[in-house]
Amino acid sequence: MKRFVYINDDSFQDSFCDNRISNRKYTILNFLPKNLLEQFSRFMNQYFLLIACLQLWPLITPVNPASTWGPLIFIFSVSSSKEAWDDYNRYLSDKKANEKKVWVVKEGIRNQIEAQDIHVGKIVWLRENDEVPCDLVLIGTSDPQGICFVETAALDGETDLKTRVIPSACVGLASEQLHKIKGVIECPNPDNDIRRFDSNMRLFPPFLDNDICPLTINNTLLQSCYLRNTDWACGVAVYTGNETKLGMSRGIAEPKLTAVDAMIDKLTGAIFLFQLVVVVVLGFAGNIWKDTEARKQWYVMYPIEGPWYELLVIPLRFELLCSIMIPISIKVSLDLVKTIYAKFIEWDEEMFDQDTNTPAHAANTAISEDLGQVEYILTDKTGTLTENSMVFRRCCISGIFYGNENGDALKDAALLNAISNNVPDVIRFLTVMTICNTVIPVKSIGGAMMYKALSQDEYALVNAASQLHMVLISKSGNFLQVNFRGVALQYEILDILEFTSDRKRMSVVVKDCQTEKIILLSKGADEAILPHASVAGQQLRPFIDAVEQYALLGLRTLCFGWRELDEGEYIEWSRMFKEANSTLTDREWKLAEVCQKLEHHIEILGVAAIEDRLQDGVPETIETLRKSGINFWMLTGDKQKPRGQLLFLNGRTEDEVFRSLEMVLRTMKITSSEPKEIAFVVDGVALEIILKQFKVSFTELATLSRTAICCRVTPSQKAQLVELLKSCDYRTLAIGDGGNDVRMIQQADIGVGISGREGLQAARAADYSIGKFRFLKRLILVHGRYSYNRTAFLSQYSFYKSLLLCFIQILFSLFSGVSGSSLFNSVSLMAYNVFYTSIPVLTCFLDKDLSEKTVMQNPQILAYCQAGRILNPTTFAGWFGRSAYHALVVFLVTMHAYAGEKSEIEEVSMVALSGCIWLQALVVTLEMNSFTILQHIAIWGNFLAFYVINSIVSTIPRLGMYTIMFRLFRQSSYWVTMILILAIGMGPVLAIKYFRYTYKPNIINILQHQERSGGPVYAMGIGNLESQLRPMDSDLSSLSVTQSKSRNTVHEPLLSDSPTATRRSVGPSTFEFFPSAQSRLSSTSTYNRNFKNN
Amino acid sequence: MMNSTSASPAEPTISVSGDGTDARRNSKRPKYSRFTQQELPACKPILTPQWVISIFTLVGIIFVPIGVAALLASNDVVEIVDRYETECIPKNISDKIGYIQNPAISKKCTRVLKVPKDMDKPVYVYYQLDNFYQNHRRYVKSRNDQQLRDKSKANETSGCDPEKTTANGMPIVPCGLIAWSLFNDTYNFTHSNGETLTVNKKDISWKSDRNHKFGSDVFPKNFQNGTLKGGKTLDPTVPLSKQEDLIVWMRTAALPTFRKLYGRIEVDLKENDTITVELENNYNTYSFGGKKKLVLSTTSWLGGKNDFLGIAYISIGGVCFFLATLFTIVYLVKPRKLGDPSYLSWNSNRLMQ
Repeated sequence: MKRFVYINDDSFQDSFCDNRISNRKYTILNFLPKNLLEQFSRFMNQYFLLIACLQLWPLITPVNPASTWGPLIFIFSVSSSKEAWDDYNRYLSDKKANEKKVWVVKEGIRNQIEAQDIHVGKIVWLRENDEVPCDLVLIGTSDPQGICFVETAALDGETDLKTRVIPSACVGLASEQLHKIKGVIECPNPDNDIRRFDSNMRLFPPFLDNDICPLTINNTLLQSCYLRNTDWACGVAVYTGNETKLGMSRGIAEPKLTAVDAMIDKLTGAIFLFQLVVVVVLGFAGNIWKDTEARKQWYVMYPIEGPWYELLVIPLRFELLCSIMIPISIKVSLDLVKTIYAKFIEWDEEMFDQDTNTPAHAANTAISEDLGQVEYILTDKTGTLTENSMVFRRCCISGIFYGNENGDALKDAALLNAISNNVPDVIRFLTVMTICNTVIPVKSIGGAMMYKALSQDEYALVNAASQLHMVLISKSGNFLQVNFRGVALQYEILDILEFTSDRKRMSVVVKDCQTEKIILLSKGADEAILPHASVAGQQLRPFIDAVEQYALLGLRTLCFGWRELDEGEYIEWSRMFKEANSTLTDREWKLAEVCQKLEHHIEILGVAAIEDRLQDGVPETIETLRKSGINFWMLTGDKQKPRGQLLFLNGRTEDEVFRSLEMVLRTMKITSSEPKEIAFVVDGVALEIILKQFKVSFTELATLSRTAICCRVTPSQKAQLVELLKSCDYRTLAIGDGGNDVRMIQQADIGVGISGREGLQAARAADYSIGKFRFLKRLILVHGRYSYNRTAFLSQYSFYKSLLLCFIQILFSLFSGVSGSSLFNSVSLMAYNVFYTSIPVLTCFLDKDLSEKTVMQNPQILAYCQAGRILNPTTFAGWFGRSAYHALVVFLVTMHAYAGEKSEIEEVSMVALSGCIWLQALVVTLEMNSFTILQHIAIWGNFLAFYVINSIVSTIPRLGMYTIMFRLFRQSSYWVTMILILAIGMGPVLAIKYFRYTYKPNIINILQHQERSGGPVYAMGIGNLESQLRPMDSDLSSLSVTQSKSRNTVHEPLLSDSPTATRRSVGPSTFEFFPSAQSRLSSTSTYNRNFKNN
Repeated sequence: MMNSTSASPAEPTISVSGDGTDARRNSKRPKYSRFTQQELPACKPILTPQWVISIFTLVGIIFVPIGVAALLASNDVVEIVDRYETECIPKNISDKIGYIQNPAISKKCTRVLKVPKDMDKPVYVYYQLDNFYQNHRRYVKSRNDQQLRDKSKANETSGCDPEKTTANGMPIVPCGLIAWSLFNDTYNFTHSNGETLTVNKKDISWKSDRNHKFGSDVFPKNFQNGTLKGGKTLDPTVPLSKQEDLIVWMRTAALPTFRKLYGRIEVDLKENDTITVELENNYNTYSFGGKKKLVLSTTSWLGGKNDFLGIAYISIGGVCFFLATLFTIVYLVKPRKLGDPSYLSWNSNRLMQ
C-alpha cells in the first residue's frame, strides 16, 4: 500500500515505471483485433456479422453477400478510422510530451534529458513557465520562504494561481545542497485524488535531523501544472508516467444511454422477435410447401433425398431475407445527427456568455435527446443560481447591527466611528475578517493590493476589511502583515485548521507578534460555531437573532469567534495536531477530531452577512422550466429558508425523522388535489437517516412533490438523491458549478456544469457546460426538445423504410413458393438502405415543428417529450402499420399492373422499388414540419439521384438491370402505376393526419396553427393564468415569519402545525423558490463548501 | 452569412474584412451563420382544410379521366383466351403424366377459336402458364449469364445446379433449370378462309437481350442430352442470340401466372372469323396441375387487356371526391377555428376551475 521513494538514489529507481506517458488505446499490432473486438461487443454489430457470415453460404443467400458486407465494412471502417485517427493524435501528443527536454540532477550535476527518462526519486528542476513533467514533491524554490506558484488549470480547470510550499524539513537548503540531498519519502500507492497527498518525508543525515516531516498536497507539484511567478523550483519525482495523479484520474467515462436509445434498443429487440416469428412461420410453411407442392414441380427438380440440414435451409433463407428489418444504417445515421445536435449547442449564439467569454460546450455528443425528456432538475445553489460574487453587506458586532439603515455596512457611519474609536470588539472582528482565511495578497505594479482567493466569501471579507482600514499587506511564509490605519501589525501563523464540508468552519492559530499572545480565530456557519461558544456570561441571543434576520433578507451569514490560548495548551495540542497531520490513513478524520479539541469555548465576536446575488434570469428560467413540467430540487450545502408553502422534514433521531416523514407524507397526500404546489424541505441530518432507513416512504414523497429543497447536504448525499430519483425511472438533470457537485453531475442522466467562478471542475465532469444558469432554459426547451423530436422521427422512419422493403419481400415469397427468393436484386437492396432512404431523412436535423419563440412561450409542450409521446411502442406501432400498409399497396398494385405478359421479374422489381422510393419521399415530406433549402435538395435531389443512378446502372450490359430503367421510362403504365401507388399509399395517411390535426388536435398542432396564422394569440392565456396563480406576497412572507419564529434549535422538527393547519394555508398559490425577482435568495447563516483549500 | 449581429458594444463584432484583428480579442463567440443558429429560412406548410380539400378534389379531377381512359384502352383490346390443356388430352386417359411424358405418342390437337371483335394487326400470340413458379428460388437462380453471353465461358456452369453437366461431365450450354425446362408446345394457325396465318417469331424477345445477353457465337451444346428430358430441344446450329423462344423464356416471370410471347400474326382479323389452331401439347403441366392457355391479343397504349389500372383510378378518384365532399361538409357543419388557445389543455383545465 505504500511506496518508498529514495531521493537521488539510482539503485531503487527501477522498481517503478519511467515517465513515459501513454494515452494510447491501441498499438499498431493490436489495433485491428482490439478494435474489431470492441465493435463486435455491441449486439447490433454481432447480429449484422452473423447475417453477413450466413450470406457467404450460397445455398441460402437470397442476394449477393456484398449487399450486407458492403455496408458493414463501410460502417466498420468509418468508426475504425475515427478511432485510429484519435489514437494517432494521442500518440503524437504523447510523443511530444515524452520527448520534451527537462533538467534533472544526475550525480550532483544538472543535466538535460527527455521527459520520458525521468525515474522515481530523481530531482527535477523547473524554471518559470515550465510544465511539470511528473508528480513531484517540492524541495526547493527560488523564493527564500520556500513558496512557489502553480497554475493547475490543466488538472482541475481552476485558473487561479495556487501556492505550494516546500516541506519544513527542506527549508533553508541552498541550491547546491539540493543536488546532493538524500532521503526517503513514504507515500501511498498512486491514486487519482488530486486533493490529497498524505505522505511523510525523512531526510538522511547530514541533512538536518531525522524527524519525520508530514507532506500534503501543498508540498507537491503535479504533472501538467505550470510553474508561475517563480524563478525556479525543484522537486523529487514520486509518481511518473501513467501513475501520476493526472494519469490515474484519466479514465473513460461510462457511456450514458439516453431514454431514446433505450427505447430504440427495446424496439429493435421487439422487431428482432417479430423477425424470428416470421422466420419460423415462413420457414415452416416453406418446408411444408416444398414437401407437398415443390416435389410436383418437376422443373424445380427437388432431390428426393436432401442433406441433413435441409430442414434448416428455408428458415435460414428467410432469416437472411428478413435481416433488413433491422436497419443497418440507423446507428450511423443516429451518430451523425447527434453530432450535429451537439454542434448546434456549441454554435448557439444565444447560449454564449459574454461576461466570461464562454460558449456552451457539449462534451457528450450522444445524449441531446435526453435534454428534452428531463423530469427532475437537481440544482446546486451557490454559483449555479447565484452569481457567486459576494459582497459584504451587514454585520452584527457584539449585539450592535451595522449596515441596517442603508444596507451597506461599509458606509455605516456608526461602524466607521467605532473603528476610529478603536472599539476592541470591532477591531477583533476586523482582525478575524482579515486573518482567518487562505487569501493570498499580491501587490500589483500600481501599488494597489490584489487578493487571490479561492473562496468568494473570503475575498469579500478581506476586501471589505481593507476598506475598513484593516489591510492585509503580505503573507510570506508563516508571517503575515496587516496594516491598520497606518500601523503595521505582524502575526505569525502557527497552524491552519482547514475547512472541510463536515466541519463547516475554519480556524487559524496565530501569534500576535506585538503582544506575543497565541490566539485562535474561527469563522464558520452558525451551527458550526455557536454550539462551541460557551464563554461564561456571553449572550448568544443577539447573534442568533442576527442570523435569523439576515437569513430572511437572503444574506449568507458567517459567525466569527476568538479565543486566546495559553502557551501550554497550545504546545500540547500542537503535538497532537502534528501527529494527526502525518498519519497516512484517515488523515482528514483524525485532523477533524484534533481540531475539535481546540475549537471550544469560543468567544463570539459577531456575525457578518454577505450578499450573493442571483444570476440574471434565474427566477424566470425556473418558472419556465417548472411550467414545462420539470420538477425542481434544490440541493445545497447551505442552510436554506425559502418562502412559500413548505413542509419541513426534520429530525435528529430516527423516531423524529420517521414521525416527520409520515406527517409530511400525509399532508402531501391530503392535499393531493394540487399536491405539486407544495415543497418540502429536508436537511442533511434528516436526509442521512432517511436514505438509510426510510427510503421507501421518501421515494413516495419524492414522486408526490414537485419541489424540494435539501439543505446542508454533502456531495455524496447529492449523488444519492440523484440515484434515488433515477431508481424511480425519472430522467434527472443535475446542474452545478463546483467540485462538490461533480459526483451528482456524473451520477445524473445528464450533468450540466456552469463554468463559473468556482473553477471548471463541474464543467469538466459534465456532459454539457454553459456559462449561465439561464441558458438551461434554452438548452432544454430548444435543443433538447428539437433533438428528441428529430431522433424520434429519424429512428422510427429508419424502421419504417426497412420494414417496408422487408414486407414486400415477405409478400413476394408467398407468391414464389415460399422458397425465399428475393424480389429485389442485391444492388437495389444495398443502395436502398444506404443511400436512397437514409439521406433525405438525415435532414431532419433541421426540422422544427414550432419556432423557438413559440416553444419558449409555451413551455408546457415539453410534456410531450417528457412523456415520450413521439417515440413509444404506440407510435412505433403506427409506423409499423404504415409500413405494412404501404408494402401491401406497393406489392398489390405492382403485381396487378404488371400482370400477364408484363410480369418480368427485373421490371417488376424496379417498379416495386420505385414505388417504395416515391412513397418514402412523400412520407418524409409529410412528416417533416419545416422545409429549408437543404431539405428540398435532399428529398428531391435524392429522388432524382435514384433515377440517375439506376439509369446509369441500366447501361451496364453485364448486370441484370441492363436497359430496365429505359424500358420503364418508355412505358406509360410505369408512370400510371407510380401515381396510383402514391395516391393509394398516401391518401389515407393524409386524410387521417388531417382529421387528427383538425378535429383532435394536440397542443403542438394548435400552436403550429397559431404560429403560422401569425396572430399574437399564443401565451395570452398563460399570462392570465400566471397572474391568477401568483401568490399574495404579503401572505406568504407572514407565513414564513411565523414559521421561523417557532424555531428554537437547529434540528427541531419544524412541522409543528397539524396537517390541517398546513392545509388551511394551501391557497391558490404556487410555490416559488424566489418570492419575487427582486427579493433576495433566502439563505440563512451560511458557511458553505465555498471554502476550499489547497 | 457572416454578418454578425453582436448586441453588446462590449463584445467585439466579428468583421468579415481583416481590418478588425485587434478588435477580435480572442473572443470565443460562435461565428454567426443562419445554418449554425438553425435559422435557415424555412417554409412550414400545415394541413389547413382548404389545402387538404383542394388536394383531394384535384386528385379526384385528375384520376377519374385517367381511369376512364385506361379502362377504355383496356376495353379496346381484343383478347382470345383458350385453355387447352384439359381438352387436348384424350378423355379416357387416367395417367395424364405418363401420357404427356411418353414421347412416342403424338400430342397433336386442334382448337377452333372465334374472333369476337375486329383485331387489328399485329395480333400477339402468347402462351399463359398458371401455377408455374418461374420465381422459385431453386429455379430462378439456375442459370449462368456469362456462359450465355460469351463463347469462351462455355465451361462456366456455376449456379446451374442441377443441370450443369451431362452424365459424363460435359458442360451443358445453355445450362441450368430455366433453359432445360423451355416451353415446347407449338401452335399453327389457319384462318377460316383456308389461309395459313403465319406466326412471325422474329423480334419477340428484347433487343438488348439478343445483342448483349445472348452471344451470337454461342451455340447450344449437350443440351437436352440427359436421361431426363425437360422441355424443348434447341437446334445446335443456331446461335443463342437467334433462339428467341429461349430468350423470352429466360426472362423469368415474377408471378406464378404469366404470359410469354410466342409470336405475332401480321394480319387483321375480322369479327366472327374463326381460326383453327393445330397445336402440339408437349409441355407437362399435369404433374403440378398447371393450366395452359393460348392467348391472342391486340395491344393499347397501356399494354394488353388489364382493367385493374382503370378501375383502380376511377375508384381512387371517386374516393377522393367523396373525402373532399365529406371534409367540406364537416368543415361547414362543424367549423373549428384552428389554433384557438382555449383548446390548450392547460388553459381550459385551470381556467374552468
